[in-house]
Amino acid sequence: MSSSVTVPKSALPQRRAQSFISRLKSGEELAYLITVTAAAVIILLTALVLYELIAQSGQARHKFGWSFLFTSTWDPVAGDYGALPFIYGTVVTSVMALLIAIPFGLGAAIFLAEMAPPKISNAMTFLIELLAAVPSVIYGVLGIFVLVPALQKSVVPAIKSVAGSLPIFQGTFYGVSVFSAGIVLSVMIVPFIISVSREVLLAVPRDQREASLALGASQWQTIWRVVMPNASTGITGSIFLALARALGETMAVTMVIGNAPQIKASLLAPGNSIASMIASSFTEATDDLFLSALVELGLVLFGVTFVLNGLARILIMTTQQKGAHK
Amino acid sequence: MKPNSAIKNLVNYTMFAVTGLCTVIAVGILFFILGYLIFNGGKSLSLSFFTNLPVPVGEIGGGMANAIVGSGKVLGLATVLGIPIGFLGGVYLSEYSNERVAFTIRYITDLLNGVPSIVIGIVVYAIIVHPMGHYSTFAGGVALGIMMIPISVRSTEEFLSAVPQSLREASLALGAHKWKSIVTVVIPAAMRGIISGTMLDIARVAGETAPLLFTALGSQYWSPGWNGPTATLPVMIYRYAISPYEDWQRQAWAAGFVLLALVLLINIVARLALSKGIYVPKG
Repeated sequence: MSSSVTVPKSALPQRRAQSFISRLKSGEELAYLITVTAAAVIILLTALVLYELIAQSGQARHKFGWSFLFTSTWDPVAGDYGALPFIYGTVVTSVMALLIAIPFGLGAAIFLAEMAPPKISNAMTFLIELLAAVPSVIYGVLGIFVLVPALQKSVVPAIKSVAGSLPIFQGTFYGVSVFSAGIVLSVMIVPFIISVSREVLLAVPRDQREASLALGASQWQTIWRVVMPNASTGITGSIFLALARALGETMAVTMVIGNAPQIKASLLAPGNSIASMIASSFTEATDDLFLSALVELGLVLFGVTFVLNGLARILIMTTQQKGAHK
Repeated sequence: MKPNSAIKNLVNYTMFAVTGLCTVIAVGILFFILGYLIFNGGKSLSLSFFTNLPVPVGEIGGGMANAIVGSGKVLGLATVLGIPIGFLGGVYLSEYSNERVAFTIRYITDLLNGVPSIVIGIVVYAIIVHPMGHYSTFAGGVALGIMMIPISVRSTEEFLSAVPQSLREASLALGAHKWKSIVTVVIPAAMRGIISGTMLDIARVAGETAPLLFTALGSQYWSPGWNGPTATLPVMIYRYAISPYEDWQRQAWAAGFVLLALVLLINIVARLALSKGIYVPKG
């Protein structure tokens, strides 16, 4: 598709022959300069984001060094900050969200890409895309007023009666908890896993499927043994993308996680995540060191999502190109 | 051979049912969300919601008129700042850059798109709110504007690339300058897609809350001009939903309903426009 973009190679020598002034007059160079500036602005903006995070977190980075990542006191009065509880909360909620969302998301993606009749598939895909457009603050509202009461009334008692002896289900359940945040997050990332995985599956070359079906394999055998292995790189990419979203998700998490900077083995205890901590304390940060520590939290979040997104894009591109070359 | 193929078929049908169920549940969540907001939000919605200012706890009849106007202003500014950069960047990617440069820019754009919105909030706080010394509508607009750029770039590029090469060649063969054929032939051919892409872009940032928390902040009053903090719908929903007051929570539902209806409506219109009788004849 993009190979058709590089247009008139034939126009190039002729363009070079004209003087810069005449090209400027004809508007040619001007149009080029305007668009290339816009493209440069995008790169500069990304660099600016990184620069500001590094610059503004300088004070905290100098004072705490790497120990910022491994200590768990967060005491604005004493000026002592450690990010461990927030990193822990972020990782636990995101992993929980992935564990729930991956089977659902992949199942639905397989159905939409491989099994459903085209009309149904198109309609369902449309609805899934709408689901992906629901703002996160709406998920937060539903989390507070619908999910948390439901968990408190029936789900958690049921879990406790079955698996109450496990350390992850110990303690009193107050509603707001790491567990609730993980569930809200899982619902939020399902649409992303579905739509990206579906596209990846659709990029697997047709002849692979036909060969398998011709050999007598059933549709499911074809999907499971031929299509999925072909698409596995891209599906991993879609999971990375979803993970990056879960890690950076702020509003829905901050509304149901309980905002308690602690590390508890039990999922039912309140916790906090990096993004949620920044959201809830940034405007209350009175001194520079506090602010600097919060920015450093942002830097950690930025670093992790940057790497994840970078990897995800490469994985997805690899699969889609493999399909395109066939 | 026989029992083997029976098992094969059984597995096949079971998996059809299981994966279908996954899809139905995912779609069911959408209808659940819609139903809940229509029920609870519709119940709480009244005319005063659209016309009145917020009132202190205990008084009846408060609304979110200032937040609706505030959201409109912030989104308007974001569109004015973000879309031109995104659009021109997309034109560069599709029409001017060579493959390697395009790959790099595309990649960086995707990375910018993946930056958590709360981090964008921090950066805008550092470059605008902190130097100016106060929260402002302007800062909120800049934060959302930055978030709009990556999507705008990618959708513009995608729709321009879909314009058949023959159209460009015809225009160049008639003696038009390259820029003139881009402006008068290529862009108009892709216009419908670009406009739909822009609408989707606006819908996406319309619900963003995190980057506004410490840029536009929030306010209980009208916020004339661009220099003061302003209320916005998403931030109001957040503040009211976590408040302990029943009347505020009721209004959070109403606001959530309005926001969701707006976002979904834009999405539906834009996506239908895209899917119906598409912009360019495939060459």
